[in-house]
Amino acid sequence: MLAYIIRRLIYAIPILIGVNLLTFALFFVVNTPEQMARVQLGDKHVTEEAVQEWKAQRGYDKPLLINGDAEGAGAFTETIFFEKSLSLFALDFGKSDAGRNIAADIEQRMWPSLAVALPTFIIGISVNIAFALFVVMFRASIFDTSAMILCVGLMSVSGVFYVIAGQFFFAKEWSLVPISGYLGGADAWRFLLLPVIIGVISGIGGGTRLYRTLFLEEANKDYVRTARAKGVAELTVLFRHILPNGMIPILTSVVVVIPSLFMGSLLVESFFGIPGLGSYTLDAIQAQDFAIVRSMVFLGSVLYIIGLLLTDISYTLVDPRVRLS
Amino acid sequence: MNTQGSLVVAALAVAFTFLTSGCSEGAWNNPHPADEAGKNILYSNFSGPPKHLDPVISYSSDEGRFIDQIYDPPLQYHYLKRPFELEPNTLSSMPKIVYLDTEGNEVASDSPDLAYSDYLFELTPGIYYQPHPALALDTSGAPVYAFESSDDAEPYSSLNDFSETGTRELVAGDYAYQLKRLADPTLLSPIRGLMSEYILGMNEFAEVVKAEREAQQEGEWLDLRTLDFSGVEVIDRYRFRIRLKGKYPQFSYWLAFHFFAPIPFEADRFYSMPGMADKNITLDWYPIGTGPYMMTQNDPNEAIILEKNPNYRDDFYPAEGEISDRTAGLLDDAGQKIPFIDKVVYRLEKESIPLWSKFLQGYYDRSGIASDSFDQAISVGSEGIGLSDEMRERGISLDVAVTPGTYYFGFNMLDDVIGDTGTAEEREKKRLLRQAIAIIYDQEEYISIFYNGRGETAMSPIPPGIFGYQEGQEGMNESVFDWSDGAVVRKNTDVARELMVKAGYPDGRNAETGEPLVLNLDTVGSGGSAAQSWLIKQFKKIGIQLNIRGTDYNRFKDKMKAGNAQMFQWGWLADYPDAENFLFLLYGPNGQVVTQGAGVNSSNFDHDRYNALFEEMKLMENSPERMEIIREMIDILHHEMPWASSFHPHSYVLNNAWVYNSKPHGISKSVLKYLRIDPEQRARMQAEWNSPVLWPLFMVVIIILVTALPGYLAYRRRLNHRIRPAGGDK
Repeated sequence: MLAYIIRRLIYAIPILIGVNLLTFALFFVVNTPEQMARVQLGDKHVTEEAVQEWKAQRGYDKPLLINGDAEGAGAFTETIFFEKSLSLFALDFGKSDAGRNIAADIEQRMWPSLAVALPTFIIGISVNIAFALFVVMFRASIFDTSAMILCVGLMSVSGVFYVIAGQFFFAKEWSLVPISGYLGGADAWRFLLLPVIIGVISGIGGGTRLYRTLFLEEANKDYVRTARAKGVAELTVLFRHILPNGMIPILTSVVVVIPSLFMGSLLVESFFGIPGLGSYTLDAIQAQDFAIVRSMVFLGSVLYIIGLLLTDISYTLVDPRVRLS
Repeated sequence: MNTQGSLVVAALAVAFTFLTSGCSEGAWNNPHPADEAGKNILYSNFSGPPKHLDPVISYSSDEGRFIDQIYDPPLQYHYLKRPFELEPNTLSSMPKIVYLDTEGNEVASDSPDLAYSDYLFELTPGIYYQPHPALALDTSGAPVYAFESSDDAEPYSSLNDFSETGTRELVAGDYAYQLKRLADPTLLSPIRGLMSEYILGMNEFAEVVKAEREAQQEGEWLDLRTLDFSGVEVIDRYRFRIRLKGKYPQFSYWLAFHFFAPIPFEADRFYSMPGMADKNITLDWYPIGTGPYMMTQNDPNEAIILEKNPNYRDDFYPAEGEISDRTAGLLDDAGQKIPFIDKVVYRLEKESIPLWSKFLQGYYDRSGIASDSFDQAISVGSEGIGLSDEMRERGISLDVAVTPGTYYFGFNMLDDVIGDTGTAEEREKKRLLRQAIAIIYDQEEYISIFYNGRGETAMSPIPPGIFGYQEGQEGMNESVFDWSDGAVVRKNTDVARELMVKAGYPDGRNAETGEPLVLNLDTVGSGGSAAQSWLIKQFKKIGIQLNIRGTDYNRFKDKMKAGNAQMFQWGWLADYPDAENFLFLLYGPNGQVVTQGAGVNSSNFDHDRYNALFEEMKLMENSPERMEIIREMIDILHHEMPWASSFHPHSYVLNNAWVYNSKPHGISKSVLKYLRIDPEQRARMQAEWNSPVLWPLFMVVIIILVTALPGYLAYRRRLNHRIRPAGGDK
């Protein structure tokens, strides 16, 4: 297995270079270093000298990809792309274009992201699985049909609607929770309650339908019929037989997102004022801070690759037939 | 009750107890910590993290609202008096200005030999800095914190981690140090370019600093005290002098800006220590000042907190103001020691709906009015604009003021179709075309529809309250308006159509070729908005086809810089309350194209007479003679029409009933120290407005139970279901 993991990590390098190159190209197609400088320096009294100084201080005074004036390897190394990208592979994110240490910011902001994403994820998965099993138990009945109509209804509603409706009723009309904001420490749960509830409810529709399909496939297999024929109780059939065997495809969609939980949610964090990495990325895009955008995309890619690797490893844990080689 | 039922009831009881215990000390929806209830704390908000808090870099009003409470420039604006008036802040008196010739001899202010202006400042003794670790000294007088390597900074992650703090008296050298920082090219002060035109020796000093920095190792502290700056002289402990090239009356206004606030060299040394920048502990993040407040928490992802500076000098609420201030109760606290409020908490609030809800719940003390909430907050009746009944019932008050700024719809005067180009005859025709557009551009309707009436049509770039503004018929733009029955009335569309004929475009078609006239509005965005549809409709009145060329902000700025835009919308908020700061928006040498994007004259208007008058006017003190020159300049603008239209926005601020002494000040942000709140009244109102409604919780539980019960019964039925043997069991 170790050899497999090392091989996968080596495969990740060209992927990350590709992601970096793509991010770089997309960003600089839209923005030039001069435009970035003008955004950072503001609108008033900005002189050409100040723009050039800003670029020089941040290393944006070099060519983007190929330095025609440099000789040998310098043609590639003395460029913005090389200088800004290489350090990322050592997880050295450097400083933002506004001058702040990005790693310190990420370290500070990943916890609020995690505080929202982790309970939403765990409770959401649990609720979806429980609800899907409940529906499977009453498959082809009025419960099944009603549940599926409910799921399709839940899926059809925009995420923003859940947020606004939740804030309106729970926070404004009924005064049960703060409408938005965030406080650290013991007070945090009051601010997390509503986003977590909304996150869970908005995910029920899609999650339940997916898991129901997976569980139904298992429920029709011979071993389940055999278990029932032996007189095994329905709950035992569901939890001891169908659920473990249905977990393999579930793992595909679940484990891969676990590392990405650190990255936060743009929508929820923005509407609820949660100071996580989702809003950090959004702010950076709006401020045209390439250093942060590049770092966050890189970090997201690394976490996604780790997620895929963890998925593969988890297969071996839940299915003894799978061996990584 | 069976075991499962008992478990459900127990779980509900635990959840309910948990909920109620966590919120027992206040309303459940209170977004502030429960232990702050009833304290003398003002709650406000911000929509995005401030980029810069270093006083030489920061140039945004969103940042000024924080740092202007902390930093103490030499001058400040009187809080209540209008028109705006400067007064000493840390000085014992207003700076003494002496004019000199090239030999250093004193000359009159209007002397043709005038070569320099000396500003002499004398500080009030006994002003002290806020407690700060940079000023902490050990018993031998050496700094407590002096890191030799970045490893020494490892235990510290914010300024609050430094346990030792100190203070010292404000001295003249601190202002000189800040002026040197202003000149330092590596700090990229946005006004360095402008100030280097006036402050003697600034460019030379910048060169010296640059050379010194190149000779240093990266991250090493450069003690600017060791470098001479010919335009800045420290005379003694409390006095210093700034020498300007020529005369620059507007310099006094800049002296009320945080760019000129003092910075102790110790702070520069402290923040330059190895490892500090890697921890984001910089002057750009943690200000140090002598002002009424100090920043005790800078976490723009959550909250920024200012607390009263315990070392703040004796400062008192003003005893004078406008006549209406007394009746408004704004002089009730005259002579009281300020600041009144102990702590100010700014919370991050990106969305307008939660912000408005929290204001109505009493969790924010003050609020602006977003378009979504305007109808709820404001009622427009026959007697004018006022608060809605709902707001009045809550005791909310409204502050309305004209923002010292101008938003305008401009023409690019370098454009071949509508600009000031070609032969004299062609130029005149293009002028008539611009005038026709100005007439049909119904600014009043635009303000009414898209700004909820929060603005007034401008007759010139100068807004009300600034010297040079003219009211009524005297100030009216006669090219666009008529004076009828004592009021300004926009000219009829027929007049615009006649002008179109004279301009060579009858019914919007070229008189020679018959082709329709198509004009382009360059703007930010994708197009298709309601405002753009409205604009297209306006231009159609005289047969012009308006084409919206939407683009992103970067491309838009590039177009403006290169002079490729045809028509555009832009705005200007004043730095200081002087006509020069508005009329320079159309001064030729400030053109965007000629300055490669650095200038503020977006129309690239370049009129010889206007330019000459501007140069004369900007050196003058406010006087009837200056007024006469301003009138002539405005007449030129009315005739030449570089802008189709413009308006001065109004600012609306709502205050909850427990907020006192609020008076909008369009220029200064350093007004927090004058505000007072009644925290007890706030606590009472919050409790009244936010008692939790519990029935929905019980309804949710009942719905879940009602929904689950048939399922449970069906499950039980299934478990007990018996498969009948073939043939039955009769």
